[in-house]
Amino acid sequence: MNEVCFKNLDKENPASLATYELTGGYKVWRQILNGELSPDKILAELKTSGLRGRGGAGFPTGLKWSFMPRNQEGQKYVVCNSDEGEPGTCHDRDILRYNPHSVIEGMAIAGYVMNATVGYNYIRGEFMEPYYRFEEALKDAYDAGLLGTSIKGSNVCFDLYTHLGAGAYICGEETALLESLEGKKGQPRFKPPFPANVGLYGKPTTINNTESFASVPEILSRGGKWFADLGVENSGGTKCFSVTGNVRKPANFEVPMGTPFSELLELAGGLKKGRKLKAVIPGGSSTPLLTAKTAMKMTMDYDSIENAGSMLGAGSVIIMDDSTCMVKTLTRLAHFYYDESCGQCTPCREGTGWLYRMLQRILDGNGKSDDLDLLMSVQEKIIGNTICALGDAAAIPVESFIRHFRQEFEYYIKHGKSMVEIDG
Amino acid sequence: MISDQAKKEIDFWVKKYPEGRESSAVMQALTIVQKENSGSLTDELIKEIAGYLDMPVISVQEVATFYENYNHKPVGKYVIRFCHNISCMLNGSDDLISYLEEKLEVKTGEISKDGLVSVKKVECLGACVGGPMCQIGDQYYEHLTTKKIDEILGNLK
Repeated sequence: MNEVCFKNLDKENPASLATYELTGGYKVWRQILNGELSPDKILAELKTSGLRGRGGAGFPTGLKWSFMPRNQEGQKYVVCNSDEGEPGTCHDRDILRYNPHSVIEGMAIAGYVMNATVGYNYIRGEFMEPYYRFEEALKDAYDAGLLGTSIKGSNVCFDLYTHLGAGAYICGEETALLESLEGKKGQPRFKPPFPANVGLYGKPTTINNTESFASVPEILSRGGKWFADLGVENSGGTKCFSVTGNVRKPANFEVPMGTPFSELLELAGGLKKGRKLKAVIPGGSSTPLLTAKTAMKMTMDYDSIENAGSMLGAGSVIIMDDSTCMVKTLTRLAHFYYDESCGQCTPCREGTGWLYRMLQRILDGNGKSDDLDLLMSVQEKIIGNTICALGDAAAIPVESFIRHFRQEFEYYIKHGKSMVEIDG
Repeated sequence: MISDQAKKEIDFWVKKYPEGRESSAVMQALTIVQKENSGSLTDELIKEIAGYLDMPVISVQEVATFYENYNHKPVGKYVIRFCHNISCMLNGSDDLISYLEEKLEVKTGEISKDGLVSVKKVECLGACVGGPMCQIGDQYYEHLTTKKIDEILGNLK
């Protein structure tokens, strides 16, 4: 456990430059500055490692980096997405607080590989403690001569800056993030063109998640194969999971891909006394809900969770025990997407409000018998009809909650109250 | 009026972006000016920011109304931003928000009579393992209970 992004967690002053360097930090960066590591070798190692984008989409990081036109003249950018906001997710916050140098080194390496001399780390506006920690680390890295122009006498240049958000879930979508970084409303862009060709300020840009960048130095230090072998086929390495909800000890854990869900549940202290597992959202609120029976059979990797009918997403495991009212829980999620829709695409802007208002009506005891069919029909019309994935993300919980727990919704509509007995 | 100190802080952000891209600093400019103006923005301040960053007023207005963290009405000296999303909810955030409302005699979105505190329900703040949680100023308060809330409120002056 805790072998890559969280490897310094048990050390004193985990976020300090001294601790980072003591555990092999900036070793790879120094090799690069000494001209000992070529971009092609780095890309090959990343591909071998099987590292896939940790923000939720799971796109192979090495492949993403190879899309950048590195020999094209002009400015290119590397951007880190630290706009962590998927409900149930909070491990990037800990990476920023306890291992900020891994993100700095990962971004610098990315800049070198893609010939991008400027990087921005977009940190969500509420993350002030992580922001101060990251800024402190950044200052230490500059003071140690590890960033800047012609670093350590080499011809490598990399400047890194932080940018703070101001509260918008949609800015986690990479092109909305770019818009926001340019000082605009965070509304996703049409794709193509993709950011690798037209990104920040119209220049080639690669955006990766915090955990993805943080994994890079350790992968290159210990080898792509080492990382791949930690995990399972198609899901290399370790993954940080936030385990929250109805567990005794909610916490973040970095475990090898392929770890059985049941083990992860035990790590989080298991369920509260006398409670039974009812349902699990394995990858954050935008991924389909699974029933207890299905969840207990899955392992925590891309393929197994997909076979179980959901997605690994951002690694945000939300546990619901038998005291959970599914109508109330879904209504809360529907409110979230309604609140966070950027308003650009009609199906999402109107659909999320429609879903939320219907669910709230049911929760208020005024549901109608055809509401469930209408909910299903509305969510179906959102999916696939929007510029970005927020529309799908709003629809997915509605579909999966109703599919698995239809009876509970029907009961609520008929009786005007929950069928779940909640302890007083 | 935006103070010279605030302008200095805005300049710190402007320097991070390429020449001609000063508008990238607008979000922080709004944050800085809002802080200086007791936690909320006015049309006048938005206009001033637009002038300072050489942006059309409407572009600043768009940003100021798109993002959640900007307030357009006065708020309490302290804003308690309470998460009510799924992980916090499963751990009792609704009861704690009710407790807070009763204790302060305010509804969410309102300011307490003495002007000291306002309460806002917010979406996920990304500290789910510490839920129920809230944010006051730069600080996160996690694993909240009624007792902890009493303590926190006792320290707000």
